[in-house]
Amino acid sequence: MINLTINRLKVSVEEGTTLLEASRFYGFPIPTLCYDEGLSPYGACRLCVVEIGDEKKAKLVSSCTYPAEEGLRVRTASSRVVGARKMILELLLASCPQSKIIQDLASAHGIRQQRFRQEYEDCILCGLCVRMCEEQMMAKAIGFRGRGENRSIGTPFDIKSEVCRLCGGCIYVCPACQLRCTYTEPENAICGGCENLSPPCLEKERFDNMMCYMDPCVSCEIRKR
Amino acid sequence: MERLKTVDDFKTLQDRLLAERDPHIPTIVIPAGTCGQASGANDLIRVAKRELLRRKLLEKVYLRITGCHGFCEMEPSVLVEPRGTFYPKVSLKDMVRIVEGVARGEVLEELLFLNPQTGKRIEKQNDVPFFRKQLRTILSQNEQIDPIRIYNYIETGGYAAMVRVLVNGEPSYVIDEVKASGLRGRGGAGFPTGSKWELLARQVNGTGKFLVCNADEGDPGAYMDRSVIEGNPHGIIEGMIIGAYGTGATEGVIYVRNEYPLAIKHLIIALQQAHELGLLGKYILGTDFSFDIRLVRGAGAFVCGEETALIRSIEGKMGEPRQRPPFPVQKGINGKPTAINNVETWANIPVIIRRGAQEFAKVGRRNTGTKIFSLVGKIRNTGLVEVPMGVTIDKIISDIGGGPVENAKIKAVQTGGPSGGCIPAKMFNLPIDYESLTKVGSIMGSGGMIVMDENTCMVDVAKYFMNFLKDESCGKCFICRKGTQRMYEILDDISKGEGAVGHLDLLEELAYVVKDTAMCGLGQTAPNPVLSTLRYFREEYLEHINNKRCPAGVCKELVTFLINEKCTGCRTCVRSCPEEAITGKKKERHAIDSEKCTKCGACRSLCKFDAIEVS
Ligand SMILES: Cc1cc2nc3c(=O)[nH]c(=O)nc-3n(C[C@H](O)[C@H](O)[C@H](O)COP(=O)(O)O)c2cc1C
Ligand code: FES
Repeated sequence: MINLTINRLKVSVEEGTTLLEASRFYGFPIPTLCYDEGLSPYGACRLCVVEIGDEKKAKLVSSCTYPAEEGLRVRTASSRVVGARKMILELLLASCPQSKIIQDLASAHGIRQQRFRQEYEDCILCGLCVRMCEEQMMAKAIGFRGRGENRSIGTPFDIKSEVCRLCGGCIYVCPACQLRCTYTEPENAICGGCENLSPPCLEKERFDNMMCYMDPCVSCEIRKR
Repeated sequence: MERLKTVDDFKTLQDRLLAERDPHIPTIVIPAGTCGQASGANDLIRVAKRELLRRKLLEKVYLRITGCHGFCEMEPSVLVEPRGTFYPKVSLKDMVRIVEGVARGEVLEELLFLNPQTGKRIEKQNDVPFFRKQLRTILSQNEQIDPIRIYNYIETGGYAAMVRVLVNGEPSYVIDEVKASGLRGRGGAGFPTGSKWELLARQVNGTGKFLVCNADEGDPGAYMDRSVIEGNPHGIIEGMIIGAYGTGATEGVIYVRNEYPLAIKHLIIALQQAHELGLLGKYILGTDFSFDIRLVRGAGAFVCGEETALIRSIEGKMGEPRQRPPFPVQKGINGKPTAINNVETWANIPVIIRRGAQEFAKVGRRNTGTKIFSLVGKIRNTGLVEVPMGVTIDKIISDIGGGPVENAKIKAVQTGGPSGGCIPAKMFNLPIDYESLTKVGSIMGSGGMIVMDENTCMVDVAKYFMNFLKDESCGKCFICRKGTQRMYEILDDISKGEGAVGHLDLLEELAYVVKDTAMCGLGQTAPNPVLSTLRYFREEYLEHINNKRCPAGVCKELVTFLINEKCTGCRTCVRSCPEEAITGKKKERHAIDSEKCTKCGACRSLCKFDAIEVS
């Protein structure tokens, strides 16, 4: 067993446990986007950062990929961690505002605006679909291509891969490209409806053809009935 | 080439080579690295060979073709040994005369280097200020060796360090020496090499261990690794063999970027020769020590210089970093323990063994040994300079670099490549060592040094590096990919006069988060150009934002081109303008149509009378 301190709590976990698993097990929530229990950790979204080490040498690492070490001191919600998470969420919102999952996370972190030029990219390149396809479906039909700005996910040469069985696993795990709340117009996509007490969806007529898939979402549930 | 079967065989060969060598025979040395070849060294070589043949001088005058000597500004150059006469910027006609002169034992006064400060000619290479102020331990070997002749290397003491290690027989000897030398990695982070090797040596040797030479060198403006490999490939190979002996590594990999064809060629030849001589491969020199090196070509992604990405690239996968731990020393290539070192680090190893760690450690202040910098940008003498650790920036820029080009004032120097920072001129008394550079917000990096003067816009500099980084980020980790893109976006807005004051705070906030949360060294250092320019040149940013003015006259959107009263009406600019935006009669002052002007700057660079103003 490995002994470490999470926030103020002294805990022990089995060797090979990641900081994310350890923290969640002991009840410290850490937001994640590119992590899935059934897949190998990838460390791409950086949302799960935690602060490790002592004052001067303290640094942020992604908890989903960092193994628990003997005597390590972990802080899951220090001001440095929260500040970084907020900035990451702001960047995510600026690039991919239509994702329900990102909206919820942003809302939960109290983000009400983003200060960058608004983009409407769908894919955040978290790689969940690539790992799903490879590790659970044993297909390797899709993969990453290019680097930097030109990085994208797709099949080789953009033609349908022979090994793809159309299982839909990639779509199932995707945090960004599922049908999403658009609040009727994309510019104002951050509705925060799930967190707010006065959900905008209540005005039925106005939002009648809205593609909101919040689950469970108060407002939409009313509408559905 | 006869395979050497024992250590004694090697010593016999070495003695024979030394005995055959006559140091008094004049030798024409022509540096023909990539830089030399680009400025015409190959033609010089052809002329020199033809003249030597024609005049039947082959026995009386030797010709040696070497790698770069460092003074790239003056290439193609010729060095005549043993006198050490230095001829800069040699033309083909002059080459013929130099051959004649060497045959007659004469020095051609009018072709010598002209000292711009004193107006006097200087004969000897070592008296030229550029060379005199350096301490050239690694680079000086480039002069003495023809990189494609292994005998040439052995003649100058090559492979003797390896033999000493083999004779000593104790792997710990190597590690102790390297540790005592205080050598720190020259590839960027400056990790103590001895400690790294000790960690590798301690790993249990089940299925083999790897040593890697990192010759990816992706920093814009840095090329010392290329020159070292081109000029002295055997030095790297010898260093790696010594390292393998000390750490128990079984396999070596040299990872070179494919954009360095000459370096690859020389390495292939060198590896082949070392194999044939029995210095590499199974049972080296008849001992029970085996080590082999193979060459892997990288496709030229900057991020592949990062250790974990480099390992994946060697494995044949996509070059993207992964989280450490586990460190490469624990789990590297194919899961086996791996130690990665920079080209220059490897080149230092034979020097340490040859001279002894104590001697080596005497050089330099705070850090030991010498470091090669590639001095480029707005400076008179561009080239590779090698100085002891701990000299001041000022010494490199003023003494060796010869100060600014023309009269412009030097404003800052950028060290450490795209991940480094800008150091303003008022801090030029800073000693160059790992700690001092980090303290002021820059890094040693691989040793790039880009000099900037008044005509350089710091916003533009930050924007340039961010543009590079946003393209070169592997894109795996969100914050690095988007963070660099967004920083570029903001810088681009500022350079176009569309910035707001709030932008600077946002830029800074974002920069710190990218630094904090990125997975690998690329992202963690990517904000350095932004942060250091913001720290030292904030007023330039504010000038762009508040007054929509670019003080250096670089940012195109913020400047207009004008022709002032100095114009003589020579029509040079009229002819140079691709947009036909300049009009005017002969001998009358011309005018620029600002509607048509694309601000390409062609007129300005051609005008002999300083008549084109940018405001
Ligand atoms: C983005 C990035 C690029 C790098 N590029 C290089 C490079 O081109 N050459 C190099 O030797 N080291 C490079 N490094 C540093 C290496 O990761 C590594 O630290 C170094 O090769 C270790 O060798 P050393 O101990 O001899 O310095 C790079 C690091 C990063 C983060
Ligand atoms: S969940 Fe750890 S980086 Fe995405």
